[in-house]
Amino acid sequence: MAFGGFRGLRGGGVRIELDSEEATVLRSMAQLVLELVEAPEEQDELAAMVGIGSNSETPEDPVLARLLPDAYAKDGEEGATAAAEFRRYTEDGLRQSKRANAAAMLASIPESGGQVELDAETAQAWMKSLNDVRLILGTRLNVDEETLTQREQDRQSRQGRRGGGGEDAEATEAALNIYDWLSGMQDSLIRAIQD
Amino acid sequence: MPTAPVELERPDTEHTAKPELPWVTIVWNDPVNLVSYVTYVFQQVFGYSRRKAHKLTMEVHHNGRAVVSSGSREEMERDVATLHDYGLWATLQQDK
Repeated sequence: MAFGGFRGLRGGGVRIELDSEEATVLRSMAQLVLELVEAPEEQDELAAMVGIGSNSETPEDPVLARLLPDAYAKDGEEGATAAAEFRRYTEDGLRQSKRANAAAMLASIPESGGQVELDAETAQAWMKSLNDVRLILGTRLNVDEETLTQREQDRQSRQGRRGGGGEDAEATEAALNIYDWLSGMQDSLIRAIQD
Repeated sequence: MPTAPVELERPDTEHTAKPELPWVTIVWNDPVNLVSYVTYVFQQVFGYSRRKAHKLTMEVHHNGRAVVSSGSREEMERDVATLHDYGLWATLQQDK
């Protein structure tokens, strides 16, 4: 996937040229956010009116726990109570916002790629959603400095003896490549917006 | 911002009610968020200059955490909710 990057437009918008492969990857990543971050459950009228959600517990899935983090450190009873209370009032809104950003990104990418122009508002949705996707992949892949160093060493030691590692290693490598590509894309979007 | 595992760096926090103390919003280091992105978010959310935003980002990166705003509990809850929307790992607590 060659990557030309974003260019800033007058009025705060940005433009990018995506080939069909890039469009496919980005669309599937937006769909991944929509699958993982489920829409809030329907509430009864009174609860909906006062903005009380259904959930007050930290998600068990580390990916969701990273996307929907605790607002208070849960290192004591008071912290745990405050975190649960905060989540009850805010998690539904946070889910809706993340879904809306992913949906906006999805809607703006033609299936076969091409030139994509985003207004300032949609560019913001992309910014947040690209970050959500990176958080999802990064958490799943346990990305940290060690991972990246290890990966570089693996890459070097693989040269000259192709085919080692098996399917799992190949899948991880593919996901890491997408992660890196998304990092470059997000960085380029930040530059284009700030130009 | 690649670094050592962040879970180990969480210091004790105190939630005991001391009304005279202000509340603070803390951003924690994490291995995924880019330095350029975190800097951008601080500029957007708090209206900080690029220089100040970058300095705070580097503080998060090197110290594992940084206080990014302070005020009433309600204000800090709003800041934390906004930062979560951007995907930053933020918590609030009463200042010590």
